[in-house]
Amino acid sequence: MQHNIRLGVDIGGTFTDVVLEVGAAQFSTKVLTTYAAPEDAIIDGMHQVCAKAGIAPGAISQIIHGTTLATNALIERRGAKTALITTEGFRDVIEMRTESRFEQYDLNLQLPEPLLPRQHRFTLSERMDAQGNVLIPLDRADVEALADQIAPMGFESIAVGLIHAYLNDAHEQVIRDVFAQKLPDVMVSISSEVSPQMREYERFNTTVANAYIKPLMKSYLGRLKGRLAEEGAGCPIFLMHSGGGIISLESAAEFPVRLVESGPAGGAVFAANIAARYDLNKVLSFDMGGTTAKICLIKDQTPKTARVFEVARTYRFKKGSGMPISIPVIDMVEIGAGGGSLAHVDAMRQIRVGPESAGSEPGPACYGRGGARPAVTDADLTLGKLDPDNFAGGSIQLHADASATALSELGAPLDMDALTAAHGLAEVVDENMANAARVHAVENGEDLADYTMIAFGGAAPLHAGRLCEKLGVQRLLVPTGAGVGSAIGFLRAPFSFEATRSVYMKLSDFAPKTVKTLLSDMETEATGFVRTCDADADIHAEYKVYMRYTGQGWEIPISLTRAQAMAPDVATFQSLFEADYTALFGRTVAGMDIEITVWAVNATTDAAQADALAEVSTESRVQANAKRSLFDPALSKIVDAAVIARADLAQGATIPGPALITEDETTIVVPSSRQATARVDGTIDINEVKA
Amino acid sequence: MSNVANQVMWNRLISIVEEQAQALVRTAFSTSVREAGDLSAGVYNADGLMLAQAVTGTPGHVNAMADAVAHFIRRIGRDNLCEGDVYITNDPWEGTGHLHDITVVTPSFHNGNHVGFFACTAHVVDIGGRGFGADAASVYEEGIYIPIMKFADRGTVDQTLIHMLRGNVREPDQLVGDLYALATCNEIGQRRLAEMLDEFALVDLNGIGAFILENSRRATLEKIAGLPQASADGGMTIDGFDVPIDLRVKLTIEKDRMICDFAGTSGLDKKGINVPLVYTKAYACYALKCAVAPEIPNNAASLAPFEVTAPVNSIVNAVHPAPVALRHIIGHMIPDTVYDALDKILPATVPAEGAGCLCNFQVSLRPAPGQDGARSEVLAFNSGGAGARPTVDGLNATAFPSGVMTMPIEATEHTGPVIIWRKELRPDSGGAGQYRGGLGQFMEVGATKGYEFDFSAMFDRVDHPARGRRGGESGGPTTISRDDGAAMQGKGKQFVPDGARVILGLPGGAGYGDAAARDPDLIKRDLARGYISAQSAMDDYGLSEQTVAAILDAVAKGETA
Repeated sequence: MQHNIRLGVDIGGTFTDVVLEVGAAQFSTKVLTTYAAPEDAIIDGMHQVCAKAGIAPGAISQIIHGTTLATNALIERRGAKTALITTEGFRDVIEMRTESRFEQYDLNLQLPEPLLPRQHRFTLSERMDAQGNVLIPLDRADVEALADQIAPMGFESIAVGLIHAYLNDAHEQVIRDVFAQKLPDVMVSISSEVSPQMREYERFNTTVANAYIKPLMKSYLGRLKGRLAEEGAGCPIFLMHSGGGIISLESAAEFPVRLVESGPAGGAVFAANIAARYDLNKVLSFDMGGTTAKICLIKDQTPKTARVFEVARTYRFKKGSGMPISIPVIDMVEIGAGGGSLAHVDAMRQIRVGPESAGSEPGPACYGRGGARPAVTDADLTLGKLDPDNFAGGSIQLHADASATALSELGAPLDMDALTAAHGLAEVVDENMANAARVHAVENGEDLADYTMIAFGGAAPLHAGRLCEKLGVQRLLVPTGAGVGSAIGFLRAPFSFEATRSVYMKLSDFAPKTVKTLLSDMETEATGFVRTCDADADIHAEYKVYMRYTGQGWEIPISLTRAQAMAPDVATFQSLFEADYTALFGRTVAGMDIEITVWAVNATTDAAQADALAEVSTESRVQANAKRSLFDPALSKIVDAAVIARADLAQGATIPGPALITEDETTIVVPSSRQATARVDGTIDINEVKA
Repeated sequence: MSNVANQVMWNRLISIVEEQAQALVRTAFSTSVREAGDLSAGVYNADGLMLAQAVTGTPGHVNAMADAVAHFIRRIGRDNLCEGDVYITNDPWEGTGHLHDITVVTPSFHNGNHVGFFACTAHVVDIGGRGFGADAASVYEEGIYIPIMKFADRGTVDQTLIHMLRGNVREPDQLVGDLYALATCNEIGQRRLAEMLDEFALVDLNGIGAFILENSRRATLEKIAGLPQASADGGMTIDGFDVPIDLRVKLTIEKDRMICDFAGTSGLDKKGINVPLVYTKAYACYALKCAVAPEIPNNAASLAPFEVTAPVNSIVNAVHPAPVALRHIIGHMIPDTVYDALDKILPATVPAEGAGCLCNFQVSLRPAPGQDGARSEVLAFNSGGAGARPTVDGLNATAFPSGVMTMPIEATEHTGPVIIWRKELRPDSGGAGQYRGGLGQFMEVGATKGYEFDFSAMFDRVDHPARGRRGGESGGPTTISRDDGAAMQGKGKQFVPDGARVILGLPGGAGYGDAAARDPDLIKRDLARGYISAQSAMDDYGLSEQTVAAILDAVAKGETA
């Protein structure tokens, strides 16, 4: 690496993780997040790791930052006073949503309030049609009058979302110009820049979200830059974005909605880097913490990306209960399943787990802080996966009797004792996660049987083995540094920028010259942007077109090679589409025209090179002295598991399941069906043992 | 199988049918399916009993499709089920109530044994005939009829059927594309089921099926047993096509079942708003489930304790060949009718009346005389306001009881030269009350210059707005007219010339409780947001002129209420 001293910082809900890399050496710390001034925790953490490394902050050459602040501002509605300007007749698009109920059987259902109340939404007479032609021209005088009208209202930020602006941005540009002249202190976000995609609700909402958090994020990022400079770290600062790449601080301040979920994106990049180290082309990353689990597919060492996701779900993580954000994101499923997730028995006498969480106060019953309901951690303790005397490095004493009481109460209506109830609870939560992974795989046309799982986050190693059994995944890797995985991921992420265009083209009207020009222009735009972040790195471009049969509403992404993009040919486009469509849905639809709707060029520097991995020369079976009773769900019985500290496993050491590999933050459960081997880099490599 | 394994498999089946539904959305062509989610997907045991149904979908399909597979087994014959077969129908009485709903059933095989079925339903934009609307005098005019038959025989698609269908509909590519999407989604379900059976080393669904049905039956019966055993009458009068329609129900709660008897309801209508009993059952059952057992998943056993009867050839039990294309209008009014009765037995449980039926229209566009251009069919689903609830306001412009979504207008405008000029909330349309009814919406519909169109209206509550409960006021009625001043009707196909627009005011939900008891902060909020006008704030909620002026002044200054 040319930048040999780099700092990765991840601000999470509870902890701010800081990782410093000096050459090959890595120093990390976790400090409590400081909500009032988040930069304080960063400064504190930076000094801690600099001290550990024995360097001054001035020696840091680059800081990469990711944060949940943008997400939290949306969830907690702590954004700026914001107005929306939209097309006359469409004032309520962000309030009317999809006009449907996300939970059909709840007669008292409440829908989430829109980010902006109705009196802060204004309209202008203007209209584009579905081809991007002007139906009603926009009168500049109307815009000026509106600017005068709202000038005294005290808005800090303005979102502009006009119908069909993804096809023609002329009117949005006029509005921005007028406001820049009339109200130069007010920030303006326009939908044709923030999210140029069809479907007005998603596009407007994304633009409003961007405008809503922009003053907050711009001010925070400005302060952060200043504080870091004061503390001696005057190096460039970059931000991790939701799509898994890095952008400049300035563009993050302009499009802060792109920072939403940047922490989990860092986790996916972390897993992708491990995948590269092990030369794995099909990886399922599994990140499980205290309240949620995140699952992501990583193909060819690149996390899957998507174009829309939902933030701030208000109703038991239920799909549709949040707000849609359409930006390039790493495609993840997040479900309410973590160590603190609570269980109950419903009317069908089914055990249900989560998304309600015990949090850290009172915590699971076994924390002995007054929690009476059983959480996933209680089940893990009762099943023997955790050692009550050595949890969190011995800092929290766990109470097995409290877990047993809570689980007995759970099991009572089902005639289950505490152990059976724990088994049931753990199986339900594991099944929930496995189902989420399966659905996610199917949506992407993937079969998990030939995938490798990479697990990180505090609770993941306790559940990953069982998940692999359920999913038919044969190999599981638990890397080191898993506790600060996202922050490490930031340091492995490439600089990248995706340029997109909504241009409709049927293959029957395929125009090779137009296509070549379009893709070349986008390549120039995207590459130029990345060049501003890194003056001399190699930059390469990835070309994607989103295609569907004419008349369908949802596209599938088709990747093109550079040669295919620069010498576009209709037969190639058609055969690429048909092959991918068949892989996803089984058969093509005969006799239908095919169309392209969205074009994307992603320019990126190379991802961090994975460190070469020396092969373990010899594998040696180790004998563990300690044993503990462990319930093995696949066998439905208690087995005698070997217990060994991760630190005591030398390179090449192999231990058959059932086994428990312990460390301060967590325990790795090796099921009876598998065996574990310690790799050169400290990764625990867990494989199915063929019968 | 252990209890734990059964619990896992039940969750898995629900997850499998959800994947099935998502595959349908991703591959469908009609906006009704891909944008609005007017569909349903489910898995059945070998006897045709439904075991699990996708959460994605709408109640009219959900509950109606539960009965459909039994008809397929009877018509195809148990001995004729082959691996690779795909069956199809749009029979209103053996499917989901009108010709526009295509139901596709795929027998599921595992290691050569028949283990069950996957079924799915979707609403297609066009099925030929007179087009989607109320105007037909019999089902024969409403489109092409596909009896229960094989779409694919051991993997080979019936090309004769495809040719026949292509030749009989206005949007052949869309229809054929949707048929493939329906078949595809069942295949996806089947792949997952096979994996589950392998993982748990099962040869069939008998054990897990019995577990699901037994637990669901017991849970539902426990809920019903906890209700008062009583009987009550309910009723509602709505517009109908030419003459008003009386909906009447007698609801009886016994210790192990709930019975809705629609005796006393109006007879058949001459136009296509009649309802096959299967669809009446679907919505009556949905209404009761929401109120008494909302959390129990739909399957054969959880639906069984809800019984629905109606006299033959009443409008809610129309038999062949009655016209039924718009059966949803009255079907969607069934829950409000049932709630009129249920409210007398379980007070403070059910909402006031709402818009009820979806406010749909279909536009058939063609070039005006002397102009060039293509014809096209555009369908739009829209919602009025929902009724206020016993402790919260009604939902603005949100479907109830239907579970479908609206289509983005940007997507709609890509399907033809239609222009939606307006789609936004309609102030003052929510019935006043302690809890206000949900607002309806305004819409304006026109076409690109050079096109004229037929506007097929499917609205009710023009003359019979939603009625309030416990002193709440009625919701705003439906209004419809042309911008050039020409009058229009709430139902039926109506010509709109080049350059003219249809102006719609979709109805609001009714209020709950006396408006005088409304929280003053909510009244002020409603005024600040423009949900209610200054006039309504004073007339309906008793705000003084000064208070109103102060609130409007604060809004103009940008102060947040």
